[in-house]
Amino acid sequence: MNINNLQRISNAEWKIDAHAGMHVPAIIYASEELMLSMDDKVYEQVTNVARLPGIVKASYAMPDAHWGYGFPIGGVAAFDADQGGVISAGGVGFDISCGVRTLHTGLSIEDVMASQKQLADVLYQHIPAGLGSTGNIHLNSKQMKEMLNGGALWAINNGYGERKDLERIEEHGRMQGADPAQVSQFAQKRQQNEMGTLGSGNHYLEVQKVVEIYHAETARAFGIQQGDVKISIHCGSRGLGHQIGTEFLKQMVVSAKDYAIKLPDRELACAPIHSKLGQRYLGAMRAGINCALANREIITHLTREAVHRLFPDARLDLLYDVSHNTCKLEQHDIDGEMKQLYVHRKGATRAFGPGHPELPPELRDAGQPVLIGGTMGTASYILAGTEQSMGLAYGSACHGAGRNMSRRQAVRQWHGGQVIQQLADRGIIIRSPSKRGVAEEAPGAYKDVNAVVTSAEDAGLARMVAKLEPLICIKG
Amino acid sequence: MSNVYWEHFEHKADIGVRGFGNTLAEAFEQAAVAMTAVVTDISLVQATTTISIACIDEDKDALLYDWLNALIYEMATRKMLFCKFEVSIDHDRLEATVYGEAIDIERHQPCVEIKGATYTELAVYKEEQHWVAQCVIDV
Repeated sequence: MNINNLQRISNAEWKIDAHAGMHVPAIIYASEELMLSMDDKVYEQVTNVARLPGIVKASYAMPDAHWGYGFPIGGVAAFDADQGGVISAGGVGFDISCGVRTLHTGLSIEDVMASQKQLADVLYQHIPAGLGSTGNIHLNSKQMKEMLNGGALWAINNGYGERKDLERIEEHGRMQGADPAQVSQFAQKRQQNEMGTLGSGNHYLEVQKVVEIYHAETARAFGIQQGDVKISIHCGSRGLGHQIGTEFLKQMVVSAKDYAIKLPDRELACAPIHSKLGQRYLGAMRAGINCALANREIITHLTREAVHRLFPDARLDLLYDVSHNTCKLEQHDIDGEMKQLYVHRKGATRAFGPGHPELPPELRDAGQPVLIGGTMGTASYILAGTEQSMGLAYGSACHGAGRNMSRRQAVRQWHGGQVIQQLADRGIIIRSPSKRGVAEEAPGAYKDVNAVVTSAEDAGLARMVAKLEPLICIKG
Repeated sequence: MSNVYWEHFEHKADIGVRGFGNTLAEAFEQAAVAMTAVVTDISLVQATTTISIACIDEDKDALLYDWLNALIYEMATRKMLFCKFEVSIDHDRLEATVYGEAIDIERHQPCVEIKGATYTELAVYKEEQHWVAQCVIDV
């Protein structure tokens, strides 16, 4: 990105003043190095979002921002429903409530390395991954409706997962206000055999070792120690979320003129929150969030079963579960006044600071765990929300490394077999149904995740707590 | 060079599909071939089963969006891959016969699941003597 037209506010904060129809300024949080390599499309998209009706304060982009659909991936924007504010299907994304959760294992690195291959195999056999895979759970329409209302709570009530997981999930595992009646039969059919499946692309299940602690006190509060083994799961609302996104995106494109919304880009299609379509999408999207929460809870259950085959005494307690494609009604302080705002986070993680009432009591002093996925060859990070972050981008931070290279370029540059071998030489086992899929997701195709989290910390969005490196990666 | 072919184009996070044809219908067929090629090597897919697809929209861009998303829906719910597409378009109405087979993970090595066809770079237009149909696919 050409940074000459941007005003540098601090080491890791850049501002684009409101111009040409922008209602508010745009702010990008990133180091100069990340800014220089950032896609020009991010500039275009973050300023386009600032042109949407009812946007409050600013349109934000996180350090891992890249070219998305209307909103940049890594975009955050809040809207005031009473000021004509909108809700956007593109601003949430096709994979509604895609997110990451991390489990403790209580195992040592030695335990895992002594049976690394067996653990990789048992996880790969037990957790359906990749295109064409189906779960063992098949939902009829009544069960589907219950799942869409109940989220992770539904999963637990049906024998998948543990009740105490709930307090470690945003919304306590169940998004209120879901309206399954707004989820089309097509979307429901796409999901009926997909519960408890990982999906493909950048989705994964990873066994990781904690290699560095940055903030001892917060790490203690999170239950993280140097040398711990953790398991992280990255996936979303599967076919149901994709179908909701597809259908509502088109409806919002078609109806924008009825609501007199001038779209700078069709992908920014949106509807007023106070409109029939806006409310219908909100109900469907919230049902999609519940689907993702239920799905990650079921995969957690499957993961526990698989690990117990080799380590019957292992306790896989949930550290935390974050969603990074959502629109949520939240209360925020705007110039001294508390306001209810609809906060879109597209490829951005909620990062609430210490003391926030949404956090469970034992995490409240430390701030919300922010789980940042890396690639199969690079580190993942655990961060914590800061007090300062609440006043920056509505308590939000980055979500991952972000791609630096297209899938096509990646396939030209690497072969899957060669990537798997190189990682094996470094002690990392990959299990995947597709070699080309591995090549497309090669670690070199992503931005330097370390630079992304360092920028997030420099900007004050979140504080670095721990670094984890992969031992086993199950790739869809 | 033939006017009937397909290609992929770059998108940082995802991938674009572009079909070319002498007619609008051929361009739509080629865009669908390009979409299968995102998932697997299309020569590995056999035409053992046929299904029918119909879409209606007077806007050509929206018709392409609906066509590709209808295919994605059929791929997802039937667990199939498609290799051959016979499309006819009459004004706002698209009718298609689509050939393919059930996904065989070993043989097809599907590399990615498609989430949806998007409005990004979505365009259907006539260039000199041939038609172009394109959009970015979210994977």
